[in-house]
Amino acid sequence: MRFLKNEKVLNVFLYLFLGIILAMPVLLIVGLLFKSESVLHANSLSDLLFSTEWKPFQGKFGFYSYIYSSVLVTMLALLISVPICLFAAIYLTQYAKSVYLKVIQPVIDILAGIPSIIFGVWGILVIVPLISHYVAPFFGIETAGYSILAGAVVLSVMIIPFILNILLEIFKSISKELPQASIALGATKWQTIKYVILRKAFPGIVSSVVFGMSRAFGETIAVLMVVGNVAQIPKSIFEPGYPLPALIANNYGEMLSIPNYDSALMFASLILLVIVLLFNLAARMLISRYETKI
Amino acid sequence: MKSKISIQNLNLSIGKNQILKNINLDIPENQVTIILGPSGCGKTTLLKCLNRLIDLEENVTITGSIFLDNEDILHTKSDLPGIRKKMGLLSQRPYPLPMNIYDNIAYGLRINGIHNKHIIRESVEHNLKQVNLWDEVQHRLKEPASRLSIGQQQRLCLARGLAVKPEIILADEPTSALDPLSSTAIEKKFVELKEEYTLVMVTHILRQARRIADYVVFMYLGEIVEHGTADEFFNHPKQEKTKAYLEGIFN
Amino acid sequence: MQISIALIVLVLSLIVFSIFYRGLPSLTWEMVSQTPKGGYYFGKEGGVLNAIIGSLYLAFGATILALVMGLPVAMLMNIHLRKFKKLVNGVRFLLDLLWGVPSIVYGAFGFSVMIFFGVKTSLLAGIITVSLFILPIMIRAIDEVVRNVPVGLLEASMSLGSNKSQTAFMVYVRQCSSAIVTAIMISFGRAIGDAASVLFTTGYTDSIPTSVMQPSATLPLSIFFQLSSPIQEVQNRAYASAAILTIIILIISVLSRVISNKYNKNKIS
Repeated sequence: MRFLKNEKVLNVFLYLFLGIILAMPVLLIVGLLFKSESVLHANSLSDLLFSTEWKPFQGKFGFYSYIYSSVLVTMLALLISVPICLFAAIYLTQYAKSVYLKVIQPVIDILAGIPSIIFGVWGILVIVPLISHYVAPFFGIETAGYSILAGAVVLSVMIIPFILNILLEIFKSISKELPQASIALGATKWQTIKYVILRKAFPGIVSSVVFGMSRAFGETIAVLMVVGNVAQIPKSIFEPGYPLPALIANNYGEMLSIPNYDSALMFASLILLVIVLLFNLAARMLISRYETKI
Repeated sequence: MKSKISIQNLNLSIGKNQILKNINLDIPENQVTIILGPSGCGKTTLLKCLNRLIDLEENVTITGSIFLDNEDILHTKSDLPGIRKKMGLLSQRPYPLPMNIYDNIAYGLRINGIHNKHIIRESVEHNLKQVNLWDEVQHRLKEPASRLSIGQQQRLCLARGLAVKPEIILADEPTSALDPLSSTAIEKKFVELKEEYTLVMVTHILRQARRIADYVVFMYLGEIVEHGTADEFFNHPKQEKTKAYLEGIFN
Repeated sequence: MQISIALIVLVLSLIVFSIFYRGLPSLTWEMVSQTPKGGYYFGKEGGVLNAIIGSLYLAFGATILALVMGLPVAMLMNIHLRKFKKLVNGVRFLLDLLWGVPSIVYGAFGFSVMIFFGVKTSLLAGIITVSLFILPIMIRAIDEVVRNVPVGLLEASMSLGSNKSQTAFMVYVRQCSSAIVTAIMISFGRAIGDAASVLFTTGYTDSIPTSVMQPSATLPLSIFFQLSSPIQEVQNRAYASAAILTIIILIISVLSRVISNKYNKNKIS
């Protein structure tokens, strides 16, 4: 530990490391922008974003069906997980004894720690057959199970811990002061939750949803394994789709041999990065008002 | 009376709040100087200026000079750890280092370049004896310092400070978290220590000041109202505010 | 409302159960002690030792690299830059943003940097990419605890004549040791489980790498590649890998919980 005495040399390293971290977002954006430059030259931005024409050999890269799949899977996943998280958070903070939360917290944390590849395997083992054998036939549809729905179900489970943890923090911080006042005025517990707590928590709830959205949007492997990977505009949620991250992951090997293909995939990464950064930015702005209290 | 520290025209603000206003003060060598005053009067801030811990705070502007043996420590080129080393600090509640009892004292020696095990062991024993802690802990030196009682911890902190051979000991209400017995032990120690050290202690307990002070400084709202020897201050106060304070009107 | 809780608990049990139900029968001694024979995609013999060792190399390497960079930065933010709260909060904000960046983006970025420098897929490229990906997690996990260390401890250490770095690495590190270990565990778990960032950068081989410049198999990719094989025995290797990865993750979860709950004996309160 004697080397710590000489701070001048040490500080060079400390500030260098900090500098690397500060430079990271800029490097990521500039690097990906630099690599996607050639595809941006060859195609117009509106073609890239809004055309479904995907013909790498002809240099045509329309991302619309991929973006569409990504948005669809993400929205569907949120539709499943947000109500579950909301109810769970309200129950755990307003109704249940605090022991419950102590028991549930490890479950949430373990769920958050499970790698996405494991969720993917679970999707293949359980969700895909479930859809193919039971859910789809119920609607009179025949499918192999690899579908938008399968992707969304797997994704919804993956984002539950993220959304739930944020909601728990927010409800905990609000419920300390507010409800007594409302209950003192003669409101019932459910009325208090509905009119006071949920209203107060609204920006926080929105931000937790946006956080979940950005997680879901960038999730790669688990979705890729169950979503079917067919580039199309799916007509129903039982049809396969092909989200952006899956496109990038699936084509990393071949992309070097086709001109502009790698550039197109880097552009796809850039879209992902920008969207996720914007979501995160928005969510943090919304949540910042709570952070002074938490 | 020789002065150890000489503060000249010291002004300090944090943000737009002026905390210290035009402080001029000589702190006598080998005496116990007590800084008295109601809470929020700037006495702790003044103490932090002396060892420049004030540097760790945000938005601070300081003007003026603090001379320590003719070196202006506010505008010095010599290194800060060296200056801080000359001034041991005892804070309101004890903060032992997160290590065992032995290492708490050895730490200060090691960072100052002493690695000889024999010297370190002697210093640990000597300084623990200095604060009357040796008999209590000599068989549990490898235990975490956090297991000691608060009173023992504060004495350990004093021993830790003495081990790096300071010239001055700064204390910020060092007995406020302690039981009466430990408080008395610390007070007694302070009186003994003035043979070798210059002591500066912040307090708001009048009786404590009466018991151990040689020199008293009374601060109010960032200004020094009055300062003088203990006899002058307690028996012949000149300022109305001092008289009021001594009569207990502020508290 | 109780149903939502039950559902969450049920899903977690179902995930663990289904992975173990399918994977544990294939988890033989041969599986964990041998590399695949006759190619990982077609060979019916052998196990997944290449992926186990590769993943451990990768996760240890990336975690150590992230710790070496992350711990000093967390200390820098709270000790050296203590005066500049706005700047530090800006850094925190940036780290939180980076935390949200999907691992596939790190993978794609790492890959394009590799092409730029003419580096082939290798353990080293994987370690660097993954370490960048876990760095924000590492720093913020440590930072959350370091920022709550009482300022009195900083003052105590400084008044003994320590400089800021000595205070950081000899005092604060001890005070926050259990939090640092927890941060290491969380980061290790992320590193060993992520597939998207190693897909482009680390590659995949049947053998155990003998240098950092060689490509390496990893558990997530061992699952990903072998699961798509039409051959039953190869698929079994994928499920066995899934079981191994799940066991590792569960051990990490339990261990970090035990450590963070355990009384840190030297810590002052």
